[in-house]
Amino acid sequence: MKPAAADRPGWAGQRWHRLACRARTDLRLVLHPRTLLRSAGVRFGLIYAALFALSALALTGFLWWSTAGLLDRQTDAAINADAQGLVERFLDGPGALVETIQDRLANDVDDDAIYLLADAALRPVAGNLETWPRMITNDVEWIEIPIERAGMRGLARVRNFVLPGGLHLLVGRDVQVRAQLRRILGNALIWAPAIVLALGVAGALAVRSLFRITIADVAATAAAFSRGDLTRRVRVNGMGDEFDRLAEEINNMLDRVAGLMDGVRQVSNAIAHDLRTPITRARARLEDAARSARCETDLRAAIERAQSDLDGIVAVFQALLRIAEIEAGARLSAFARVDLGPLLFDLSELYTAAAEENGQALEHDIPPILPAFGDRDMLQQAVANLLDNALKFSPPGSTIRLSAGIVRGLLEISVADQGPGIPPDDRQRATERFFRGESARSTPGSGLGLSLVQAVAVLHGGTLRLEDNQPGLRAVIALPALTSADAPLFRS
Amino acid sequence: MRILVVEDDKDVAGFVVKGLKEAGHVVEHADNGRDGLFLAASENFDAIVLDRMLPGGVDGLRLLETLRAQNNQTPVLFLSAMAQVDDRVRGLKAGGDDYMTKPFAFAELLARVEALNRRGKTEAPVTKLATADLEMDLLSRTVRRAGQKIDLQPREFRLLEYLLRHAGQVVTRTMLLESVWDYHFDPQTNVIDVHVSRLRQKVDKPFPAPLIHTVRNAGYMLRAD
Repeated sequence: MKPAAADRPGWAGQRWHRLACRARTDLRLVLHPRTLLRSAGVRFGLIYAALFALSALALTGFLWWSTAGLLDRQTDAAINADAQGLVERFLDGPGALVETIQDRLANDVDDDAIYLLADAALRPVAGNLETWPRMITNDVEWIEIPIERAGMRGLARVRNFVLPGGLHLLVGRDVQVRAQLRRILGNALIWAPAIVLALGVAGALAVRSLFRITIADVAATAAAFSRGDLTRRVRVNGMGDEFDRLAEEINNMLDRVAGLMDGVRQVSNAIAHDLRTPITRARARLEDAARSARCETDLRAAIERAQSDLDGIVAVFQALLRIAEIEAGARLSAFARVDLGPLLFDLSELYTAAAEENGQALEHDIPPILPAFGDRDMLQQAVANLLDNALKFSPPGSTIRLSAGIVRGLLEISVADQGPGIPPDDRQRATERFFRGESARSTPGSGLGLSLVQAVAVLHGGTLRLEDNQPGLRAVIALPALTSADAPLFRS
Repeated sequence: MRILVVEDDKDVAGFVVKGLKEAGHVVEHADNGRDGLFLAASENFDAIVLDRMLPGGVDGLRLLETLRAQNNQTPVLFLSAMAQVDDRVRGLKAGGDDYMTKPFAFAELLARVEALNRRGKTEAPVTKLATADLEMDLLSRTVRRAGQKIDLQPREFRLLEYLLRHAGQVVTRTMLLESVWDYHFDPQTNVIDVHVSRLRQKVDKPFPAPLIHTVRNAGYMLRAD
């Protein structure tokens, strides 16, 4: 019988074996103390447990101090007050003292007072203890002693006085109840670490798994993304917490990366398709001239035409590279404060003459000061592109309007013409590289002008809107307006 | 002019050298940075056309920085395939006087090289410019031709000033756009032509001999015939 496929060291078998080995190694690695400590989840868990234990300890300490401690202090105060009264009575003679002690014992409702008056030989004279406790000598003042009273064992806290004339007086309180309380608290304290440990570990595990889940999703997304799945995004759980913010930031970054990749793909597609046509044209012209030109004049004319074709190709290339440069954000470091007032005014002046030459009117409505933050050259080029378009597509006798200002909190620069405009269906695609609408087919141009304007607007955190000017096109560059909060940005 | 061309590409170098010679200049050529630096430092040139990426361990930027460190102020025009805005900024910061990117039109290169010529120019600030019967007073900002006052808009004044400062030289549309308007992009509309033609209306039209001439495939030149 032939060996089964899985027994052979085939590709699939090897792969499974490798995976299994890796899983085992992973487990061993994960459980190794050093690896455990290297896990951020475990570290956070441990920190959590330690903090939890510390706070539990502090809480118990406070509880102890405020219950048992308070009772202790109250007992001591009561004993002191009691003793004070007895000593005063003693000034009237030992007889008065004995009387008072008996009096007080009779009136002791709580049945917790302890008195013992003994003579010089430590024989009890009065009080509710049968014998003088042996451990109390003359030099002891405060002590806690076990007592036996009316057949009941108990614990008493007593103060020892040596009175003139060799008499000894003990004043105290039965603290059996308090001792029980202390024992309960003590037991609780013994059990507390175990509970703290259990809760701490549980909490740590919870923290760690929370951490794991979030990190795992981020890691899985990043891994999938770098393998080429550009649509993967980190899950946002909608709670608006720190993890959500992190996820949103990462998603923004991934969007941007995907956008850039898309741009690169568009550029390569464009080079592959749209540059082929003019290159083919130039090549054909040269080949045709080389084959069939009859005189030098023909040849020269063909060469000159091919040269201008090549210049056109170079211009397209430069525009493409410039858009790529802008989209990559390479010029962000050159951003500075720009006053758009004079900038737009100069552009208007530059183009007014050309518009008049075409029989068009260029009007402007620009505030004298319009501060913005950005790249001067790029903004100039963007507006110039819009004006180029407006001049190109407007019929003679029409009016082109360049206006700027703050509209609903946005800094808007708009160029409005009365040309054919862009049909609503084409507006979305008008900013794509090399897109040329029906009405633009017959005019010269590369189809890159609006792409560049859009790239500049986006780099400045704004948008390019194409609207119906009824008739004509209204192109609006909307940028975030400067607020006074941005002012420190410009101080340097 | 005596011009040094430092360029490693044989075809481009041959094209540039030939063109400059045909325009009446004396041209030396080096095909690597080391030789280029040696020539530039040991001889006197009116201008250097410098590639940025050069073999021989010394690239264009290094060459220029070394030259400037030796207090050699020969005007330098970069001719480079490195076309990003930052590349341009870096080239000019290193001490370059002008920056052109490849591919280029020879007419543009020639015009820019000739515009670098400092020979016969004084260091002292000029207050008056004149060509033929056209006079410009830079202090009072007035222009006269044949004794007759010509009123110009501020931008027209600056345009004429640039033409006068480069009288007898070709100035291209790009040069005008960069120097007079400080724009570093090429508009698709013929904006410069329109402005020059308006200037002509004021400076040339009322007078018998034109001073502002169109140079085919290149740009403009202000000269007295």
